[in-house]
Amino acid sequence: MAKDGDVKLIGAWPSPFVMRPRIALNLKGVEYEFLEEKFGAKSDLLLRSNPVHKKIPVLLHADRPVCESLVIVQYVDDAWPSSGPSILPSDPYDRATARFWAAYIDEKWFPSMTGIAKAQGEEAKKAALDQVAEGLSLLEDAFGKISKGKPFFGGDTVGFLDIALGCLLGWLRVTEKMNGVKLLDEAKVPGLAKWAERFCADDAVKGVMPETDKLAEFAKLIMAKFKAAPSPQ
Amino acid sequence: MGEELKLLGAWASPFGRRVEIALKLKGVEYEYSEEDIFHNKSASLLKYNPVHKKVPVLVHNGKPIVESQVILEYIDETWKDNPILPRDPYERAMARFWAKFFDEKCLPAFWKSCMSSEPEREKAHEEARELLSTLEDELKGKKFFGGETIGFVDIVANFVGHWVGVMQEAVGVDILTEDKFPVLCKWAEEFKNCPVIKENLPPRDRLLAFFKAQSEMLANFYKNRTW
Repeated sequence: MAKDGDVKLIGAWPSPFVMRPRIALNLKGVEYEFLEEKFGAKSDLLLRSNPVHKKIPVLLHADRPVCESLVIVQYVDDAWPSSGPSILPSDPYDRATARFWAAYIDEKWFPSMTGIAKAQGEEAKKAALDQVAEGLSLLEDAFGKISKGKPFFGGDTVGFLDIALGCLLGWLRVTEKMNGVKLLDEAKVPGLAKWAERFCADDAVKGVMPETDKLAEFAKLIMAKFKAAPSPQ
Repeated sequence: MGEELKLLGAWASPFGRRVEIALKLKGVEYEYSEEDIFHNKSASLLKYNPVHKKVPVLVHNGKPIVESQVILEYIDETWKDNPILPRDPYERAMARFWAKFFDEKCLPAFWKSCMSSEPEREKAHEEARELLSTLEDELKGKKFFGGETIGFVDIVANFVGHWVGVMQEAVGVDILTEDKFPVLCKWAEEFKNCPVIKENLPPRDRLLAFFKAQSEMLANFYKNRTW
């Protein structure tokens, strides 16, 4: 196990974005202290460490803060290069492909998912669900091309794009449950459906992936409070 | 070794210019192809970027790379001379953080403050000023975001270096001013004076005329934007 200077992570269990650096640190075998933020009240440490966005996750490595989940994941890969597997692929074109899809997931696909709860009325809801399904179809295609028959986007082991998409599976399942739909449908996206099972069962993931029921309870709580979809904290 | 490098861009867009800066900094030869992104996107563009249908697209030996920041990292990893990103992992993380801040927060805020009408306009101006303050603070004591020479963040910030001033003049707003943001304005001057940047900016007059003449089309483009 690598132990290199003090490593802390400020986060909260329901946040899919917090999960990302946790998985990265687990993959690298880096021990870290998890500082759980209380919902609704941001700690002084968080506000000091991320004054620009005031959001989690924040990695503190020897007291130096790194913010933004995928920036942190890349940092973990860069800072512990000889521990564990490489998180990003080694070939520049494969890296560009992984970064492209990660950006698509964060900028297009995840917002389309949160758009479901915000949709008013049956028609709008159906349109929002269709958008999410379309995105999954694109990602299914990408999975086929990128994994080339291997278990993960990253190949034999969980990598950058697996982390980017996989961390949203909890909220995807909550969305399915609350809307009575199947989005990660084995019939429509068989590659992704099986990939999701493998991802959630991975050693680096299973300890930090929240249970769907617990997440659904949390979702009801915040929806009642804010009457909106959960947003990345 | 027959390297084939082609860039699909649009003369008025800051995003394609970012890629050109990076390629010129590294002394890499490429073929440029101008796209009419408002009226008539080429078959090549739609083929190479089916997901977003946007410029810039860098095509290297037939393989497309899209999204300007992704392209910049690809260029830096493929051609190692004159590095754009710092070597140190922490400095790299900082560069990526600020680049993300520019594109996710600053860019939309500027568009909004130039394109919106009352009553949202004043609020949009305020938001833009707050973001500029953050940048002003980040830049203090440094010649460029990248330190002594331009780097990843400076390249991504190109629209603040050149486009913002032109857009402000076109629509008649005064957000990025020397009295309020002296450090940032000085940075913009230094940035534009770098040889690689200077020879690669869309001419100010042409850009100004474009923004003025196309304000309605741009307002619609902004309303229907996919970012």
